[in-house]
Order: sequence, then C-alpha cells, then structure tokens
Amino acid sequence: MVTRDDYASPVRPTWCPGCGNFGTWNSLKNALVKAALAPHEVLIVSGIGCGSKLPDYTHANGLNTIHGRPVIIATGAQLANHRLKVITTHGDGDSFGLGLGHFINAARRNVALVDIIQDNQVYGLTKGQYSPTSDPGFVTVTSPRGAIENRVNPVLLALSAGATFVARGFARDVEHLSWIIGEALQHRGYALVDVMQPCVTFNRRNTYDWYGERAYKLQEAGHDVGDLQAAIHKAQEWGERIPMGIFYRREDQPAYHEYLSVLQSAPLVDQPLGGWTPEQLQALVEEYV
Amino acid sequence: MPTNDMTFLFGGAAGQGIESNGAGFARALARTGLHVAAVPDYMSRIRGGHNFYQIRVSEQPILTHEQAVHLVLALDERTVQEHTRDIVPGGGVVYDAASKVDAAAVEAQGAQAFPVPLKQLAVEAGGSEVMINMAALGVAAGITGMDFEVMAGVVRQGFAKKSEDVVRANLEVSRQGYDLGRDQYAARFAWKLASREAPPRMVIDGNALFALGALLGGCKMVCAYPMTPATPVLHWFAAHGDRYGAIIKHVEDEIAAVTMAIGANYAGVRAMAPTSGGGFSLMTEALGLAGMTETPLVVFLSQRPGPSTGMPTRSGQADLLFSLFASQDEFPRLVLAPHTHEETFTAGWRAFNLAEKYQTLVVVLLDHHLSSMVRTVLPADLRMDEVTIDRGKWLDRAALDALTEPYLRYKMAADGVSPRAVPGHPHAVYSATSDEHPEDGHLDSESKATRTAMHAKRLRKLQSALADIRPPFTYGPEEAEVTLIGWGTTYGPILEAVDRANAAGARVKMLHFVDIWPFPVEPVQALLKTAGRTIVVENNAMGQLGMLIRMMTGHQVAGSILKWDGRAFTPEEVLAGLEKEVR
Repeated sequence: MVTRDDYASPVRPTWCPGCGNFGTWNSLKNALVKAALAPHEVLIVSGIGCGSKLPDYTHANGLNTIHGRPVIIATGAQLANHRLKVITTHGDGDSFGLGLGHFINAARRNVALVDIIQDNQVYGLTKGQYSPTSDPGFVTVTSPRGAIENRVNPVLLALSAGATFVARGFARDVEHLSWIIGEALQHRGYALVDVMQPCVTFNRRNTYDWYGERAYKLQEAGHDVGDLQAAIHKAQEWGERIPMGIFYRREDQPAYHEYLSVLQSAPLVDQPLGGWTPEQLQALVEEYV
Repeated sequence: MPTNDMTFLFGGAAGQGIESNGAGFARALARTGLHVAAVPDYMSRIRGGHNFYQIRVSEQPILTHEQAVHLVLALDERTVQEHTRDIVPGGGVVYDAASKVDAAAVEAQGAQAFPVPLKQLAVEAGGSEVMINMAALGVAAGITGMDFEVMAGVVRQGFAKKSEDVVRANLEVSRQGYDLGRDQYAARFAWKLASREAPPRMVIDGNALFALGALLGGCKMVCAYPMTPATPVLHWFAAHGDRYGAIIKHVEDEIAAVTMAIGANYAGVRAMAPTSGGGFSLMTEALGLAGMTETPLVVFLSQRPGPSTGMPTRSGQADLLFSLFASQDEFPRLVLAPHTHEETFTAGWRAFNLAEKYQTLVVVLLDHHLSSMVRTVLPADLRMDEVTIDRGKWLDRAALDALTEPYLRYKMAADGVSPRAVPGHPHAVYSATSDEHPEDGHLDSESKATRTAMHAKRLRKLQSALADIRPPFTYGPEEAEVTLIGWGTTYGPILEAVDRANAAGARVKMLHFVDIWPFPVEPVQALLKTAGRTIVVENNAMGQLGMLIRMMTGHQVAGSILKWDGRAFTPEEVLAGLEKEVR
C-alpha cells in the first residue's frame, strides 16, 4: 500500500511560508497515493523556478531541467519508457514564456503526460517580474507602467491545440485540486492542470483572497466536460468570476506513444540493443550494392 | 589508352534529375567492378540554377574526387560554360546538338565537342523531354565502352516502382544514346571503361553510413528538425525504423530535438539528435544539461559554412572549436571527426558506447562533403562483426534487485563515472538536477565543497576517456621534411596529395586527427617531434586545428593551407597549397 510517507524526501522546501506551491505539492502527493502509484513508477520532470524545485522535495524519479523545456524532455522520457507515469511541474514563465511552443506541441501530440502549471502570474525566483499570464496593467520591476501584453490564456490555448484533458485548480482548495490531479493521472493522453497558486511575496494582486472571491466550480455548475464549445466558452471567463475544475475531457483519442508500432511489443527501454541476425545485416547491405 | 581511371561530370538545372540519375550511374559504374567516388554539388533551390554530380572511377580504391574532369555531360548550356575549363586535354563535353553551345569555343579550351541530339532523342524514343538525362548517360556509356547491360540493370532497378512503360522508355533512350556515343565519338575519346571481376561493393554516402552504424549501435530514437546536410539521417531512420525497432520524431525545433533526446537517454534509451551548425547553436544550453546530469547524448553535427544560415548546400570545417566548447562553463564531452566512409559507420556505433560509458555528450563531426559524398565501400571493410554494445556502468535489473545500500546516482568515482540506474526500479529512485548537486542528486546550488568535488568528478571523465581516444594517424615517410596536418574529411585529398608529392620526389607525410576531444596531448607532442615543417590543411579561414594544437601542446604550426569557399579540397588544391607553402 502506497502512503504519503513513501513520497517523503529528506529535503525541506525553500518556498516562502504560505507559498501556493505547498497546496499544489500536497495535492499531487494525495493524488499519487490515491492512484496507488509507487515512487519508482512515477517520473516528475520540472524546469527552473521556485515551483520547479518540487521534484527535489518529492521522493520519486525526478529530473529538474533547464528553463522552458520540461515538457519536451518529459516527452522523450515518456516515449522511452511508456510504463512510467510522467508528470511535469513548472511555472507560468517556464510553460508560457520559453516553453510556449513545447506546450502547444505537447497538447497537439496528446503525449501521455500530466502537465501541472504552478501559475502564480509572476516570476518568483528572479524576483518579481511580470509573466505571460500576468493580468494587463500588472505593475512589476519590468512593467513599471503596468503590463501591456494580453495575458496568455492557458485553458483556451490548450483547447485550441487539441488537448484532450484541460483543467484548472486552486492551490488553497487542496481537496478539489487533489481530485483534478487524480483524474488527470487516469487520463490517456495530455492533461493540462493549470493551478492558480498565489505568490505571497511578489504578487500582491492575485492573492488567495483574490482567487477565492472569484473561483467557482464548473462541476457544480452543470458543465458538460464532453462539450468542446462549452469548454471554449467557459475558458474565456476570467474576471469577476473564474471557473475551475475540468473544462474538457475525451478519452477516445490514442496517446502519442500508442501510434508507434515499434512500441506495441514493449517499452523502448526494454527492447534489446543489437542482436542483429546475419540476414538483417545482409538486407541492410544489399540496399546499397 | 587509359582504362578505368577517369571523372565524369553530369550537370544541369535543379529538377533535371542530376543527383538521382547521377547516383544511378555511379551505382552502374560500381557494378562494373570499379571503385567510385561521387560528389553531388547542388544549389539551395528546387528548380533551376546549376547542379552537378561529379563521378570519379578507378581500378584503385579512391577516397576523394579530383579537379580534373574527362567527360562532361551537359544537360544545359551553363554546364558547358562552367566546367569546360576543368576538362583535361583530350577530354570532351557531350551536349545537346540543338543548343546554342559554340563548338569552336569548347575546342578553343582544349576539349572535344560531342554534340548529340539529346532532346530529340528523349522525345522521339522516350516520349518525354525529361529523359534527356538518360540520353546523356547513355552517350557517356557508349563513348567510354562501358557494358550497356550493367547500366540497363540499374535503370530497371531504379524505375522498378514505376510502370513497365516507363522502364521501357528509359531503356530505349539510354540504348539509343549509347549507340550514338559509341558510333560517333568512341574512336575519338581515349578514356575507356572495362568491366572487372570484383566483390560486390556498396555505393553509399556518409550520412547513410552514419545512420547504419548508429542503428547497429543500438540507437532507438532519432529526434531532429530538418537541416541540410544532416536531414538524410532522419530520413534514413524514418525509412528503416519500423523494421529495425527505432522511432523518429521530427519535432518543432532543434532545442526540442536535443532535449527530447536527453529525456529519452535519461530514461535509458539510446537516442540522438542529428543537425548542422544552426541547429547545434540552438542546442547549446541543453548540451550542458546532459553534461551536468551526466546523461549520455549523441549529437551528429554535419557542418556547412556559416555564420548564421551561411551556405546551406555547401561544405566547410569551421565548427571545430564551436563543437568543443559550445555551452557555458566546463563539462566533459567527446568529439569524433570521422575521416572516411568506413570510419563514419564506426563512429555511428562507437559514439553510443562512449556516450554511455562516460555518461556525457558525444559529438560526431562530419561535413556536407562526407555526408553527401557517395563512395564504393566493401561491406567487409565496415567490420560489422566488431560492432559491440557497451553500456558502461549500467546497473541492470539483477544488479538493482541485489542493491542493499541507498542508491547514489552521482557516487564519487576515481574515473568520474558513477554506476547508472534509469527510472523504474524501487531500489534506485533518485532526483537528478541541472543545478549543482552532491552524490545523491539533490539540489545544492550553494555549497563550495559540493561544487568543488562534483565539478572535479565530472571533469575526471576527460582523463578517463583518453583511453578511448585514438591518436592521430600518420602516413608517409617517417623522416619527412613537411607534415600536412588535417582532421576529418580532408583525409582523402591530403592523402592523395602526399602520394603525388612524394612520387614527384618530395618528402611529405601527413598527421590526421580523427578523435579530437579529449585532446590526445602526449601522443601528439611525440608525433610533432618528428614532423619537420608543420602545415595545417583545413576547410576554414582561421586554421582552427592549428589553434587547438597550439593551445594544447604549445606547438605553433609553420604554415597553413586554408580554404573556405564552401567546397571541399581536391588533391590538386592541397598540392598547389603545399607548393606555395614550401616555395
């Protein structure tokens, strides 16, 4: 039986007291335990930033990489061993700044991946610059007159890229977020879990209260997760009210690795290297004679 | 009469089938038992312009093309204008009799004019002007007395997937061209081809040999973004993967290609990212991730001239220092620069063994020239039976089952290499990080002691890897006045220049680098002692190998033969450079 202790790392988080990362981290561990996944069956890949230190604080296979690339690195690892349950945890800067192209492509590919975005709408570890998901007008050291770009809408982008599981959670509502991540772990292909998680140090605008006053649960509002048009409609709601929960889900589309005939027999990592027969070698030579 | 030793140049516009039909002709020549070295020269465009395919044949093994051309096969007037000057005295140019080519102007340059109604022949015998290429190759075979049946066999095979009518039309056009060439011009053309008994030889380019070597070396995943001249490696795996158990991913950019390959290698699969200089530039940050997390990684870098996008379909050797030092700070890597087709195959499988043995980056450095040059290769010379799989300190399932102590991914080791487990076993669950870390892999980006110890550990691999680095090859008289120093694909032209110089009474040898990094300091120092006057021969403007030798040994080369026009050296050019240097 898997317990939360199985995921205990000797390293204590360096996150600020009250950081939204704690809620996301706890929710992830809850979901892993509930799914009865043991640490050696799980691979957590992260990028760079406060949230990306999560693998270091979690006893599981972990790979803390470079900025913006965890999703594509995770894709390589997942194709190499599709028996692993692969998860990425990274921030909004990592995902939608450098990593924006990989995000769209992971959704298009329907990689079997749970992509958790620790979305605090600000850069934390580099000390408070605005991020791709910052609200317009957000004043920071690099936007002294307020951010003038439109904010990236992760949910709408994922839907437009063909993502087959799109959800948003809130780091303070651990029970709800644990449920979302649990559902994402059961999903066949790419699952986006965009988490509203306040940065208590550098974002005084999008606070726990700010999110709390606006957030409402789609699943309590009679939303149909199989209706793409309804999901697209709900994805555009961001202001006085912010929907959270599962926007969209379909399980009929094969995951990326399922399309590859080479992977039908076994995960790539378990397939033999070499051991070529003389006939195979001869056939390769004959092509050129 | 000179037999079985000549060069054809087959030229026309892009879209006229120069490369595909040239390759078919090269294959036919190889089947007559001759050695072939063929170099495609094409422009970065799909239609028009000027492309040519230069095919050298010989009874002797040959490693390079040469400047001298004996028979030009011109599908357009531009080919005549551009290449008549390279024709040796007595050589000739075949062109369409209906074109505006001035026979007197051709003859004024010392070449014979061989007008043939190519277009008319293609239309009347084949039904399409497109077959002008077949007509010209037929004429070439007729003039040189090549066995037509061999050529017909290649035509049949080449069009096997097309209809019987297409095969028949192409055969008829080439047959009529053959007869015309034989009847009208054979008596005036001195160079002849005679079939010889020879074992079957492959007719294959460097990219295909690298891919073949990589496949046999256990490469199971190729991640790439198309970039000339490395793209054919991706194509090759795409064509063979399903049958031989490898997957390919054509991804969004080279950053994705290399990081995906790192992810796969981390999870225990041999994966590589083939590219050229621009793609390699995009990969640089991730190279350090492989170095830092001690993840094996193979990058195939086929050079073309830059900077920036430079000359996409041309060749150069200007990425040597870049390949050695790309990415921030210091970490171990190996750089291999194969010098022949056979060695390119070997580098394909060897790179994967070295990457796993030293748990780091291995760059295989080729260039457009060797990537695309087609040569006859004896299958036995590939030594496929010597292909081995060496995973280094890889902990297999049994070893991990037996593990009782906590697993330390980056355990201190005298040789710098720690036992490696990949994700999936309950006894070896660990976190790896791009930040600095102690033995257990946990993040520690502050400690002086950790940084000092772990950085030194990783760099010890450079010393360890020297055991697998072969010192440069030497060729020529032991006591030489001059030593030509080169690396990688200049081997063929330098070797031939050395032979020609020595035959003319000089005392020249060569020193040729194949495994470049870690730099084999001691053997190089010893070899330089008897080198006499040292001259580097490189396809770049700064003499990068010369710089490297000075950096690593303190030896300043005395001279340099450098060329950066986007074309590979010919033996004639090396000889001319040598004469200028020693004059």
